[in-house]
Amino acid sequence: MGKGTFRRELRKNYPLFLMTTPAVVLVLLLSYIPMCGLLVAFKDYRFNLGIFGSEWAGYGGFENFRFLFQSGKGWSITFNTIAYNLVNLLTSQALAIMVAIVIVEMRGKIFKRVSQSVIFLPFFISWIIVGTFVYNLFNYEYGTLNSLRIALGMEKINLYVMPYAWVFIIVFFNSWKWVGYNSVIYIAAITNVDSSCYEAADIDGANIWQRIRYVTLPAIRPTVIVILLLNVGRILRGDFQMFYQIVGMNGQLFDATDVIDTYVFRSLISGGDAGMTAAATLYQSVLCFIIITVVNAVVKKIEPDYALF
Amino acid sequence: MEANTTAINKPVHIRITASQRVFYLLGYLLIILVALCCLLPFIMLISASFTSESYIMRNGYGLWPAEFSTAAYTTLFKNGTDILHAYGVSGFVTLAGTAAGLFIISMTAYVISRRDFRYRNQITFFFYFTTLFNGGMISTYIFFVRYLGLKDNLLALILPLLFNVFYLLIMRSFMQNIPASIVESAKIDGAGEFRIYRQLILPLAKPGLATIGLFIALEYWNDWYNAMLYINERELFPLQYLLYRTLSASQSLSRIASQTGIRVADLPTQSLKMAMAVIATGPIILVYPFVQKYFVKGITIGAVKG
Repeated sequence: MGKGTFRRELRKNYPLFLMTTPAVVLVLLLSYIPMCGLLVAFKDYRFNLGIFGSEWAGYGGFENFRFLFQSGKGWSITFNTIAYNLVNLLTSQALAIMVAIVIVEMRGKIFKRVSQSVIFLPFFISWIIVGTFVYNLFNYEYGTLNSLRIALGMEKINLYVMPYAWVFIIVFFNSWKWVGYNSVIYIAAITNVDSSCYEAADIDGANIWQRIRYVTLPAIRPTVIVILLLNVGRILRGDFQMFYQIVGMNGQLFDATDVIDTYVFRSLISGGDAGMTAAATLYQSVLCFIIITVVNAVVKKIEPDYALF
Repeated sequence: MEANTTAINKPVHIRITASQRVFYLLGYLLIILVALCCLLPFIMLISASFTSESYIMRNGYGLWPAEFSTAAYTTLFKNGTDILHAYGVSGFVTLAGTAAGLFIISMTAYVISRRDFRYRNQITFFFYFTTLFNGGMISTYIFFVRYLGLKDNLLALILPLLFNVFYLLIMRSFMQNIPASIVESAKIDGAGEFRIYRQLILPLAKPGLATIGLFIALEYWNDWYNAMLYINERELFPLQYLLYRTLSASQSLSRIASQTGIRVADLPTQSLKMAMAVIATGPIILVYPFVQKYFVKGITIGAVKG
């Protein structure tokens, strides 16, 4: 029966199928075919033998995974990745929601437009420019921070020997970069609310805090849920560009700042172990997939409208 | 708090209550603080690029250009061929990539936004799956270089960013808000799918197209990562990667030195880095005012029912 309906659908809607072909071909080419490369995770990869020619790895093919976790590295980068993602998600969304609520409530038109444009600035720049800011601010010899400290009669500080300071720097720049973009998502959600809800709240004598609590916040709930779900699906993926441009190759900071993606990248460029890095990537993908499938199933049970698939 | 029944009779504009005053005070404070944080780094960057090198050497970077100097910019433009090349590469990649990406994403979004299309969920999942599961850096690199032969090819800068599932989903949400009756009546009039997409949906989806177009353009303009992986030839460096090299590799400085005939030790190194960052940011910020009015309409996530 399934096949019959597909054929009928294909005949009826072939232009629609045709219109998706460019995207389907691209995704096959760029995403699905490279997935075969993950086979390397189970191999004792030798460059000259290629992916298929290389021997299977020891421990029933799981030698690479064993190595990743036995070195202790696997656990610490997994922890860092998840912790950064959770903290970044909470701080950036909370800030964006507050900014969005205030901007919608603001009266002065010019102030509103100017502040919104300014807040959007960081969204436009590359992480390289952010890296330049970090250099400009925190460089030991020339950084603005140390210039200011000297002007105020304080000692210079060298942040590049203080790994845990970088947790705050990274969380700050993450929220900073996305606040404009994220707040627009919420502004769009808030302005979609039927204005009669606000009028009704006014008539009932709600003050501004009550109005936010009982009208605005419920209105952005669907948006919050979708954003949470989308981010849960990426909980094991570190933002490579951000970490790499802010932290760079400063080995002293890795304890507090190394995530799976930066670790994989460094192992690769140091001519390292292709098998182990493929193992890390596969582990990352499999866990992401399991987590999002479980979370999505739970959401589907509680509120089917919000399920991603 | 005070549930008062006479609120109806009060004109709206005089009701500045205590709770409102607190809200506006805290709210404006928050916005001003956030806006300052967003603006300050740019001011510092620009002022550092206009500060004389000897001042930076003595006092470090500051918030304001203390000793004004344009030495960094004159040095960069004394032999500006690298920068001009990089502008050309970034410009071409951005234009071509954005046009192609917007076309593919909007066309696909149209199909999966059609509620009467039976396989829309399966096709959406086929795309969404790739955000959960992918081959990672190495496999993609090997595939691109060994099997597609894309080393030192501009296609290696365009292809990886051409299709973005997240933008597809935003665009789909946007198109789902277009009344289905428009498509239905066009079909009754005998219009084909592609014609409906091109002549009815695209004009109606303008805010979505402007927003997503800007996102794609930003990704291309700001990309250095793919250049780092796939581009070795200096003529094909995009702007951001050239900046990255100037910041991180000392051989880039000696190249500037040899091109301009200045000794490396005499280069205004610290202000030069900042000037290069200013030049690399430039044009893309100028695009913003043109698309700003579409923004709030363009990004609607999770606001669509069913």
